Amino acid sequence: MPRLIKNGEVVTDERWQAPDAEAEQAAPGAIATLAQWQTLADKSGSAVQLEPGDGVEALLPHLNELALVAVNFPVFTDGRGFSYARELRQRGYTGELRAVGAFIRDQLHYLSRVGFDAFQMLDEAELENALASLGDFTEHYQAAIDQPLPLFRRRA
Amino acid sequence: MYVYDQYDQRIIDERVAQFRDQTQRYLAGKITDEQFLPLRLQNGLYIQRLAPMMRIAVPYGLLNSKQLRKLAYITRHYDKGYAHVSTRQNIQLNWPLLEEVPDILAELAEVQMHAVQTSGNCIRNTTTDQFAGVARDELEDPRPWCEIIRQWSTFHPEFAFLPRKFKIAVCATEEDRAAIHAHDIGVELVPNAAGEIGFKVLAGGGLGRTPVIGSVVSEWIEKKHLLTFLEAILRVYNQHGRRDNKFKARIKILVKAMGIEAFREAVAKEWALVKDGPSTLTDEEIARAKSFFTDPAYEPFDDAASSAALAEQAAADPIFGNWIKRNTVQHRVPGYQAVTISLKLTGHAPGDITDRQLELLADLADQFSFGEIRTTHQQNMVLADVRQQDLYALWQQLQAAGLATANIGYLTDIICCPGGDYCSLANAKSIPVAEAIQSRFDDLDYVYDLGPLELNISGCMNACGHHHIGHIGILGVDKKGEEFYQVSLGGSQAKDASLGKILGPSFKQEDMPEVMEKIINTYVDLRGEEETFLETYRRVGIDPFKERVYAKAD
Repeated sequence: MPRLIKNGEVVTDERWQAPDAEAEQAAPGAIATLAQWQTLADKSGSAVQLEPGDGVEALLPHLNELALVAVNFPVFTDGRGFSYARELRQRGYTGELRAVGAFIRDQLHYLSRVGFDAFQMLDEAELENALASLGDFTEHYQAAIDQPLPLFRRRA
Repeated sequence: MYVYDQYDQRIIDERVAQFRDQTQRYLAGKITDEQFLPLRLQNGLYIQRLAPMMRIAVPYGLLNSKQLRKLAYITRHYDKGYAHVSTRQNIQLNWPLLEEVPDILAELAEVQMHAVQTSGNCIRNTTTDQFAGVARDELEDPRPWCEIIRQWSTFHPEFAFLPRKFKIAVCATEEDRAAIHAHDIGVELVPNAAGEIGFKVLAGGGLGRTPVIGSVVSEWIEKKHLLTFLEAILRVYNQHGRRDNKFKARIKILVKAMGIEAFREAVAKEWALVKDGPSTLTDEEIARAKSFFTDPAYEPFDDAASSAALAEQAAADPIFGNWIKRNTVQHRVPGYQAVTISLKLTGHAPGDITDRQLELLADLADQFSFGEIRTTHQQNMVLADVRQQDLYALWQQLQAAGLATANIGYLTDIICCPGGDYCSLANAKSIPVAEAIQSRFDDLDYVYDLGPLELNISGCMNACGHHHIGHIGILGVDKKGEEFYQVSLGGSQAKDASLGKILGPSFKQEDMPEVMEKIINTYVDLRGEEETFLETYRRVGIDPFKERVYAKAD
């Protein structure tokens, strides 16, 4: 069972297993790939993992039904997932939004700003150390998911 | 100029702390080279051929005298006593130590400076006209808008890992001095049919190995929508720009591939999601940004009397008079003039400046120009607000420091990247080519006779020297391990922007002064009365130049 950062602390996920792209359908308790997820007749309480290039379009009609959206970062320099997260949140998704894959500790702060609330790092031993990076900045210029008002609407 | 409040200062201080921690973890082996790469790049740090190269941000080219003195101190204390002005109006150090970069950043933060996002695949320093705020032909001052864009783009969480670097330029004049057509996004202040000033927005311009002139995404948007519109463009690019090939990753490739119509539609769709949301600019914020760029305490002068007195001085000392003619431009306020300080003295790398020169310029800025100075994308510096009655005293001091070369806009005012002498990306050296050409054309009267002529040199395809948009462009290429130079003609960065056309097979370094001379002689033979190089080229085309340059010696 994977350990991850969720809502600012390290926890063990007892509910979801990583997707199996080889399987025709996602096993119960496994996160579905986008292709597997699209074949689900009943999407309530479902979990899906987006890969770079998948886009968020297919998820939009079902945002209220999804329990988990995982966004994979196969390489940490591919920043598409940052826009996927922000777009999902802006379009009303309120469930768990989990970053998975090769993102690095130094991206945690930006990832949390665009709407991720769970972080499953490749190196689980790094999780405790990585918590510190969540708070790299205490003030920001732009609006984002964590702070919907830009600084210019808040400057005292 | 913009002054930090406690929020700006806190954000920059937290950045220094963050990078200090990252550097320590890197040096302790806890971050891999690959992981550290984008972190250091977004703090301005390259690892170059001989040492790290550090690029310090100069937001839209504006500096005050305190910052200049700090830069002088940094170059002396942490480097070898000189700095380099880049073609993005930034300042580069060639010899800092990796271990000391966090200290340099802390020094910079003390004077409200930083190296944020000066490289890496993120939104870079926004650039503008070096005569912003003093130009006679300006619709309105573009700098408040640059500052608004700077704040929005600084540590933007969604756009720090883009497919490729991203450059934005703003201009507010008919004669575009910010090269907005050659930027990922170009923003131009323009009136609509009703006369209300807003923004025309271009996207997909750029140089590099596939030079493209930007396409219009919107002919006009209301000012308050600037940030949401930029955000929509960036979001389309971040999701759909190519990431499989570094050379096809700029937004220009995406705009071409989608077609401008489809690109506009995609932007409109993203814009609908954020338009009129909280990032819509408020009147208060626009007024706040503008409040930092109000007029300094100009004195009232009689235009005719002041100009006549200057003309008299110029006539009495022809060397001074020549400098006035070549290196100064009119100011919108009577009795004032804007002065360009040439960093293109023959025998010195174009754009280089020593610690002592930086300190002198700080003093001169305090004495003559309200304590401010600007960097230009032509790699020179500008004192924008000098009283005409002070020009002679200013010139004398500049002359004594080797800073009064009267060549602005002429052949020897060469734009040149650091090239193979410093840069690990370069295919070829660029500085020795610039110097050899400057030496060949050492007769200034002849250079003036040639009229306005922009020569731009890049040491590789990355085109930091903007060779595509020089009237004459030179590009360093690698041919089986040997350095060669390809020449192009007819580029322009002005309103009538055009990309240069390649003359033909490339040349050896030692042949370059000769090649330049043949090109120039062809122009001199063919030019009509008062015709500039670019005008002649556009009239006669490339063939006469080609014939002359490649003619076999009889």
